[in-house]
Amino acid sequence: MMLIDTLAQGLLLGGLYALFAAGLSLVFGIMRLVNLAHGDLIILGAYLILTLATVTGLHPFVAVVLAAPLMFGLGWLLQTHLLNRVLGEDILPPLLVTFGLSVVIQNGLLSAFTADSRKLTAGPIEAASVDLGIVTLGVMPVLTFASAVAVVFALNRLFYRTALGRAFRATSDDQTTAQLMGIEPKRIFAMATGIALVVATIAALFLGTRANFDPSIGPARLLYAFEAVIIGGLGSLWGTLAGGIVIGMAQAVGASINPEWQILSGHIAFVIVLLLKPRGLFPRAND
Amino acid sequence: MPILSLQSVSRSFGALKVTDDVSFDLEAGEALGIIGPNGAGKSTLFNLITGNIAPDTGRVLLDGRDVTRAPPMERVKAGIGRSFQIPQPFGGLSVYENLLVAARFGGGVSAADAPDFCMDILSRTGLGAVAAKPAGGLPLLQRKRLELARAMATKPRVILLDEIAGGLTDAECVELVGTIRAIHAEGTAIIWIEHVLHALNSVVERLMVLNFGRMLMIGQPDQVMASAEVREIYLGIEA
Repeated sequence: MMLIDTLAQGLLLGGLYALFAAGLSLVFGIMRLVNLAHGDLIILGAYLILTLATVTGLHPFVAVVLAAPLMFGLGWLLQTHLLNRVLGEDILPPLLVTFGLSVVIQNGLLSAFTADSRKLTAGPIEAASVDLGIVTLGVMPVLTFASAVAVVFALNRLFYRTALGRAFRATSDDQTTAQLMGIEPKRIFAMATGIALVVATIAALFLGTRANFDPSIGPARLLYAFEAVIIGGLGSLWGTLAGGIVIGMAQAVGASINPEWQILSGHIAFVIVLLLKPRGLFPRAND
Repeated sequence: MPILSLQSVSRSFGALKVTDDVSFDLEAGEALGIIGPNGAGKSTLFNLITGNIAPDTGRVLLDGRDVTRAPPMERVKAGIGRSFQIPQPFGGLSVYENLLVAARFGGGVSAADAPDFCMDILSRTGLGAVAAKPAGGLPLLQRKRLELARAMATKPRVILLDEIAGGLTDAECVELVGTIRAIHAEGTAIIWIEHVLHALNSVVERLMVLNFGRMLMIGQPDQVMASAEVREIYLGIEA
């Protein structure tokens, strides 16, 4: 009984990690760019929602709808004016630039919002729960998980059913040939980063309503996201969801044994998966 | 006005001049063949026309407009389609999706028209049966056909074919030539690099010979082939 409850909580927590990871996975899958600032961009998203909610008095669930297009624009500009300039054969420049960006965002947030912990308040829904007989689940974790599934489903539809998605895949396959088909890779990349930051904003909503956040916690979110992507297999979005769930469940099981083991258990699960399946659970066939 | 003009185009890689002062005009609807020994700069010439590499000197004109510095995607949209010598399909996409990408982005075909447009090309190039298969798993002949089909899907007014008949059996070659003739008959201009001379000469109206990046000769195929210089350089026959 306890175990089922633990696993259910872990599963739902995995949804949050999958949300952290989906944007990272999208960007990596399309342009082989590891965005080291992804965690900080999620935290930036959380502060943006907080600011919008505070200024307008809107509920965070509504404020996120305003924040999403702003974050899309930020992603577009970031890719067009910064990241596109450093993408190329050498993988080091984008790593260095996004690492620098991470530091800039953290310090920018520190200046603007201080180091105090903040939280998005969603009201009574935070404490609401549903009793399923065997287990009782919080409404917010269920919403988080449902959002993760919806995001992965929507991204997959986009990837496999739309002209933009085919352009994403074609560019990811072969950038030079894609250009000869009339595709402009730099615009495709700008769209991808814009969409990734919309997903980051959704992640920010659930991160910010679940627990306190401050400007320094981005890199740890990046680590979870990164592990989820690697566990799932590079480039597979459903794999990323599975990766998030693996980490979430491992953390929940670890925490149920000893609360101090929560974080460690997630990382150990990551190492075990890498040892058994170095290319992740659902590797792409042609990588 | 010629549809495509190269004016004194040169390009070096280090000390090696791979394209050396090449000039020619291609009229709308014309079929031009290019022959020359390996390393003569044939594929480089295509890269200069598509915009994958920029010339050091000289100009490339499309419909009289200078596109020397225009990026590849702009030239595709302006009507230059290309098939690669070594097929480069988008391996993760299906055959049909490969065409969809080319038609929607390169050919400017609307979402509503694209499915019929692409299926039509697939059946014309004999790929109808494998439309749903991943392009990465196709055998050589079908990869070559896909190169042609995908170039056709960009709605080119000039189509560049790079050794598309190489490695095919005689029967396959005849079929391919039939398809290329049909494209030509519709008024699409063709520049075709090929070592399979009988296939090439059954389609093209003019033939150009490249050697060490220089244009050795351009003219009617039978006259070019009869030239002692060409026979010596290209066919290795002592004059």
